[in-house]
Amino acid sequence: MNIDLSRRGFLKLAGAGVAATSLGAMGFGGAEAAEQAHVRAFKLASTTETRNTCPYCSVACGVIIYSDGDLKAGEEARVVHIEGDADHPTNRGTLCPKGAALKDFVNAETRLTTPRIRRPGAASFEEISWEEALDKIARALKDDRDANMVLANDDGVPVNRWTTTGYLAASATTNETAWLTYKTVRAMGIVGFDNQARV
Amino acid sequence: MTNSWTDIKNTDLVVVMGGNAAEAHPCGFKWVTEAKANRGARLIVVDPRFTRTASVADYYAPIRPGSDIAFLMGLINWMIQNDKVQWDYVKAFTNAAFIVKDEFGWSDGLFTGYDPEKRDYDKSSWDYVIGEDGFAQVDMTLEHPRCVWNLLREHVSRYTPELVEQVCGTPSDRFLKIAEMIGECSAPDKTMTSMYALGWTQHAKGSQNIRGMAMLQLILGNIGVRGGGMNALRGHSNIQGLTDIGLMSNLIPGYLNIPTEKEPDWQTYMSSRSFTPLRPGQTSYWQNYPKFMVSFMKAMWGDAAKAENDWAYHYLPKLDVPTYDILRMFELMDAGQVNIYFCQGFNPLLSFPNRAKLTSALSKLKLLVVMDPLATETAHFWENHGEHNDVDTASIQTEVLELPSSCFAEDDGALVNSGRWLQWHWSAATPPGQARHDTWIMAQIFLRVKKLYQDEGGVFPDPILNLTWDYADPDEPTPEELAKELNGRALEDVRDPADPAKVLTAKGKQLLNFSQYRDDGTTMGACWIYSGCWNEDGNNMARRDNADPDETGAYPNWTFSWPLNRRILYNRASADLQGQPWDPSRKLLEWDGEKWTGYDVPDIAPTAKPGDVGPFIMNQEGVSRLFSRGMMRDGPFPTHMEPFESPLANVFNPQMRGNPVARVFVGDAEQFATSEEFPIAATSYRLTEHFHYWTKHNRINAALQPEFFVEISEELAAEKGIRRGGWVRVWSKRGEVKAKALVTGRLKPMQCGDKLVHVIGIPLHWGFMGAARKGFGPNSLTPFVGDANVETPEFKAFLVNIEPATGEAVS
Repeated sequence: MNIDLSRRGFLKLAGAGVAATSLGAMGFGGAEAAEQAHVRAFKLASTTETRNTCPYCSVACGVIIYSDGDLKAGEEARVVHIEGDADHPTNRGTLCPKGAALKDFVNAETRLTTPRIRRPGAASFEEISWEEALDKIARALKDDRDANMVLANDDGVPVNRWTTTGYLAASATTNETAWLTYKTVRAMGIVGFDNQARV
Repeated sequence: MTNSWTDIKNTDLVVVMGGNAAEAHPCGFKWVTEAKANRGARLIVVDPRFTRTASVADYYAPIRPGSDIAFLMGLINWMIQNDKVQWDYVKAFTNAAFIVKDEFGWSDGLFTGYDPEKRDYDKSSWDYVIGEDGFAQVDMTLEHPRCVWNLLREHVSRYTPELVEQVCGTPSDRFLKIAEMIGECSAPDKTMTSMYALGWTQHAKGSQNIRGMAMLQLILGNIGVRGGGMNALRGHSNIQGLTDIGLMSNLIPGYLNIPTEKEPDWQTYMSSRSFTPLRPGQTSYWQNYPKFMVSFMKAMWGDAAKAENDWAYHYLPKLDVPTYDILRMFELMDAGQVNIYFCQGFNPLLSFPNRAKLTSALSKLKLLVVMDPLATETAHFWENHGEHNDVDTASIQTEVLELPSSCFAEDDGALVNSGRWLQWHWSAATPPGQARHDTWIMAQIFLRVKKLYQDEGGVFPDPILNLTWDYADPDEPTPEELAKELNGRALEDVRDPADPAKVLTAKGKQLLNFSQYRDDGTTMGACWIYSGCWNEDGNNMARRDNADPDETGAYPNWTFSWPLNRRILYNRASADLQGQPWDPSRKLLEWDGEKWTGYDVPDIAPTAKPGDVGPFIMNQEGVSRLFSRGMMRDGPFPTHMEPFESPLANVFNPQMRGNPVARVFVGDAEQFATSEEFPIAATSYRLTEHFHYWTKHNRINAALQPEFFVEISEELAAEKGIRRGGWVRVWSKRGEVKAKALVTGRLKPMQCGDKLVHVIGIPLHWGFMGAARKGFGPNSLTPFVGDANVETPEFKAFLVNIEPATGEAVS
């Protein structure tokens, strides 16, 4: 959700107003247009603002993300700044040393950008396409499940559990990701299933 | 949390024990500062280290790692001995008056029924006496010698201030000062809040630590009130949500359970979940279990889940062990019994104990799939990084797929904070390169597996082929679609049971809340406790009204708080038996003669008369439990247990090691050390500049805290000849780390009886990937054992040794 009363708009107006007023007062009215062309806009004035919450601890401080580009308008967007959300009741605009540096997490040099595979015994990763990686995973899951699914115990009770494949889910993903993960993992019969709450 | 971050401003006394909120939850801790500045609240910190929280406390006391139960039972003993009890609350709202079976007892550190062979208790004696009327027998005068109150009084009588000093190393004058400060909060108009975190959970008896404080809070009348409660600070942004949605080996969303083999059919499964009230007139809300369960099964399998097939009961796996938790999975992996493992945003190589065992286990997998925004140590476990990851790469045959996923700034959805607020957020950026949303990745994996089953057939394909997948774009379900499933919708018209002509919610519409869940298959809903989050009013998690009427701290229209937008759990207990607030200045709810009114959504029915229905509606008793019957594996009361690796023998039973019912795998027991070999106690902790193993990938945070260190006392440094900033080697029976020594006055040796115990602190933020310098973590050292009830690893108390070492010059 973008903020209704756009701070970007406000800054644009304010910036232009200051330039025009001061130039006019100094008697340079004729140079106004030329001068205005040189007044660099505030960097934030060209950004899109989005409400989000900090992904670190469970205080869940409100943040405002400033992006170059507008996702909702179908554009590519890149984070240029993140700050505390003063409207948020918990943090009221404040952030800790981790939250204040969030942009560095989003844009970290060690962000992953392409699927990669490390072959058995290999000393490095190599790139692999999504199609190939996903097909490989599906094939491995199907084969392992078919080979190792326990359909019944010694007493003949249907148990339908699969213990040779395990799944660790992420406690920083959304509820919605968590539910889709739950559906797919449980439907396959995986019981070695946990998240960081176990730690 | 029973309460919320913003509610902490209402407290009179903050006890931080088992956590370090000023360091690990700084912006939440500001509400403690608010309470201190505006209410005159005081802050007590009890911790092995003089932490950042301790530095702003009104009173601090040291405690030996792993001895919290002795301290807490000592406090309860002191409250009882000095009549610091909120008697009206205890009698009306706890099970103090319930009569316990004659056979129940305790001796030599153990409760009745212990079987050392099975490492388990026969818990049959840990229960109430049930009368001929089918209800638990009570004695409201509390005179019956077998009532819970008198058993508790006897149980805690052993925990004198002298015993606390001997076991915990806490000087008794400090313990007594804290007891007096806490005792003041037994007054109906004084309240205390407990803020705790992994300092309490990461022990082989972590659950009992928390129970101990919960019992103290009940005795003081501090549960359900503004400024009170049991407040788990919680470590990750959505650790609450993933637990709520049941992404645990043994859970179904909304705290329902995966069946066990002992429940071969639906009827058996349901028969142990009837939850009949144990006292007349009580709500026992879990009686609605079948409605939640059937609606969940409909959410999973739609039309394939029907009455005739017991709602597809056999599509669910049945457990043969209590849990296939992470410790068990790594044990099985190391034994060669796991072939494929997924790590979605999870870095177990640094976050689980005994790293040597983890590396060995991962090396035996056929396929490891890592989905993460960052390059994790787990995905790179096979890479040789010198002393920081000294593996033989060529010999590791595990195939590893590293899949780039999006991060918080790039997706929409809700995270649940520690105060149970479901807060929606919006994406602001495009994922880098080929990184994709986790929802897309999961859908792609699932649809491919499904297609293989469609094309080839295979073993028991039914739960896969019949999984509901009615998304507009099957390739990538949207957060909106998934959130609506979590809320639930009507599959047929949902009618008012009191007036069948009246349609409450029409077929196809979103359910109002879980009161509309049905057990006849006419509703679907994935997670009952979330219901109301996205009903026909729209996405209530996206609400942003930050008004706070009368400044109670409730913010009732800010996002959505589960359950039913309730902001403080057990809020009925904020009022007395007549329905009037214990403290009028902190009113939460009030009975107006006809209904409950006030600032929050009441726990009990809005028209339930105050004398009739108890506040603890999820319990069959209607009251809270000072005595937990057979619900915890290690006892109905907390009893002192030493860590598995401890500098001291258990004062009640020198033969007893650790938690007598904790699960221990054979190979791990052989790797437990004695204090003769490893005399120094160690604990792990976090730093404010870092978040787990993520922020070492950030340049700013890596610059703020660039390098691994261990924290040791001046006394230990002098004894071992360790220089400030000098290199040390720290080793346990399982591994070793090299670090620089931070010699500090924040840690002091503790005198426990005739033994002087040295404690060292080990922060946990370093590895071999990212922008910070390479380093180690405490998990190279810690024992492979978990809590007896929930298998959370014992990271906070273990044994090591330390010596000066050489390394490059200190920079």
